[in-house]
Amino acid sequence: MADPFIRIEGVSKKFGTFQAVQDVSLTVAQGEIFSLLGGSGCGKTTLLRMLAGFEEPTEGRIFIDGQDMAGVPPWQRPVHMMFQSYALFPHMSVEKNVGYGLKHEDMTAAARKARVAEMLELVQLSPFGHRKPHQISGGQRQRVALARALARQPKLLLLDEPLAALDKKLREHTQFELMSIQERTGVTFIVVTHDQEEAMTLSDRIAVMDKGRVKQVGAPTEIYEYPNSRFVAGFIGSITAFPGRVSALAGDMATVQVAAFQAAVQARAVPGLTVGQEVTLAVRPEKLVISQARPEAENVIEGQVKDLAYFGKDSLYRITLPSGDLISVHSVNAGRSAGGRPDWDDKVYLSFAPPAAILLVE
Amino acid sequence: MRNRIATWLQGRGYRGVIIGLPYIWLLLFFFIPFLLVLAISFGTRTPTAPPFGYGGEHPWISFVGYSRLFHDDLYIRAFLVSLSNAATATVLCLLLGYPMSLALTRVSSSWRNILLMLVILPFWTSFLLRVYAWMGLMGKNSWFNALLTDAYNLLTPAAWHLNNIPMMHSNFAVVLVMVYTYLPFMILPLYANLERLDPVLDEAAMDLGSRPFRVFLDVTLPQSVPGIIAGAMLVFIPAAGELVIPTLVGDASSPMIGRVIADEFSSASDWPMAASVAIALLLLMVGPMMLYTHYQSKAEAGDEP
Repeated sequence: MADPFIRIEGVSKKFGTFQAVQDVSLTVAQGEIFSLLGGSGCGKTTLLRMLAGFEEPTEGRIFIDGQDMAGVPPWQRPVHMMFQSYALFPHMSVEKNVGYGLKHEDMTAAARKARVAEMLELVQLSPFGHRKPHQISGGQRQRVALARALARQPKLLLLDEPLAALDKKLREHTQFELMSIQERTGVTFIVVTHDQEEAMTLSDRIAVMDKGRVKQVGAPTEIYEYPNSRFVAGFIGSITAFPGRVSALAGDMATVQVAAFQAAVQARAVPGLTVGQEVTLAVRPEKLVISQARPEAENVIEGQVKDLAYFGKDSLYRITLPSGDLISVHSVNAGRSAGGRPDWDDKVYLSFAPPAAILLVE
Repeated sequence: MRNRIATWLQGRGYRGVIIGLPYIWLLLFFFIPFLLVLAISFGTRTPTAPPFGYGGEHPWISFVGYSRLFHDDLYIRAFLVSLSNAATATVLCLLLGYPMSLALTRVSSSWRNILLMLVILPFWTSFLLRVYAWMGLMGKNSWFNALLTDAYNLLTPAAWHLNNIPMMHSNFAVVLVMVYTYLPFMILPLYANLERLDPVLDEAAMDLGSRPFRVFLDVTLPQSVPGIIAGAMLVFIPAAGELVIPTLVGDASSPMIGRVIADEFSSASDWPMAASVAIALLLLMVGPMMLYTHYQSKAEAGDEP
């Protein structure tokens, strides 16, 4: 494929003096589910609105299917949006809502009706066509919004926090439904979300955004296992991070002196590391192994159990390190008896494999 | 005793008073006077004071007033003039007020407060003073009339030239002043309605391929129908019964119904006739009023999520 389906080139957006989006460049392939992930005010929604045509970039260009979108108004873009509030027309029935975009399509009334029926079938709402939006449930409204946005067969579908308004149970179900609908229709999805779990399960790739910039782009596993900055590491999943200093480099292994551990630990080096450099060493709670006997491993830290939360299938420990710092450990309760598991105030040993630790320079 | 009053105030009685007060008000100041007017309308004119009575030629009740309504074309014409003036003023208020209300919802909030203030500002001056001001403007020797006359003469061939435009004492003047007076009653309910509409819906329609004017027709206009009805009723009902404006600037040879009622009461001192006209006007207004209530309750039901 010579040209990516969607190309965002050095796009910036300023509102007055506020820099909402700063020099963002991204490409999205056809048929991909791509997520823009970040906290509120990170610029993800502004970027989405620029794709839809509601905002014009201050700088940079956006190409959709090879066509420059500069100056193209929303009503002429091959892009449809599913709004966070769904934005269903309250005075129109479900059928009329779904068929609204088709009015601009050159098709017969019968073909239009068939298309609406097909869309309602797709989102399993066929019996609700005559209802008004306020007569159906929140989950059903969400599906009407999806059907309406897909009815005109857009090249690109934008979803603004598609699951935010749904309760937890419905969210999980809808998530898989969204993925299956995307698979069946083959439409490219760009999803804006602040929910990292949602982004992880839905997306083929994620762009993590902060303060108007894209911090990292990658597949969910890449973002989770190989975050490139403290921000990304902290935003996706939980992590405990400590400052350290590189004391030795050997091949792709680095020895890092971590004050909080009062020990030197081995970690996989990242490119461009030098001896003496200040780095951050971060470990995810589930990568740590907790034991009461000192294990035979490379990286072993001593500590004492301060808190523990038992969830049944797993437990979360908070361990006080000799330095007084706290570290979280997530441990799966494989055995059945409570005996043998560390309890409050027990002295414990934590260990982790060198590749499990993440070295962050940024 | 004090204790009992306190208990009563906290209990059901208090609620009864709150709910009952408007009903008592309506009973005292609307329903009883209405019954009096209704009773007078079935009386006959007498030279006594008050100038009506029962019995005599028509024992108990007389339909003379009502029958004259349909036989004397003074009344039929007055009704037609009133309805057509009120309808014209309502349509013009809507055409002027809709874009103004829409603009109010689209400007920044600091501008919105200033503009809303300007809409209400004329109420701070006496209504009569404002009508007199218009009389001055429309008069034959005013600069306003001269300006319009010059503009007219500039645009028309010499044979059609005028010395001034006869604006005063015409239905044109009545409609003009009524539009000016009642415009805020159109703008305020319309603005309240339009302001509640979700701007995201406009974006959704645009996103689905509609140009801005199409968005207006498909999304904004249908959702503003309750506001249009409310505004139209607030303008139409008082305009149809208007007395002061037609008296001051209107054509005396074809009076509006308000003027007819006033004349029958005062100069003709035919109370039964005046009451009959008033009751007929009320019945004419009840129709639109019921329409208004219907849309109002429908709009409220639509608010529920």
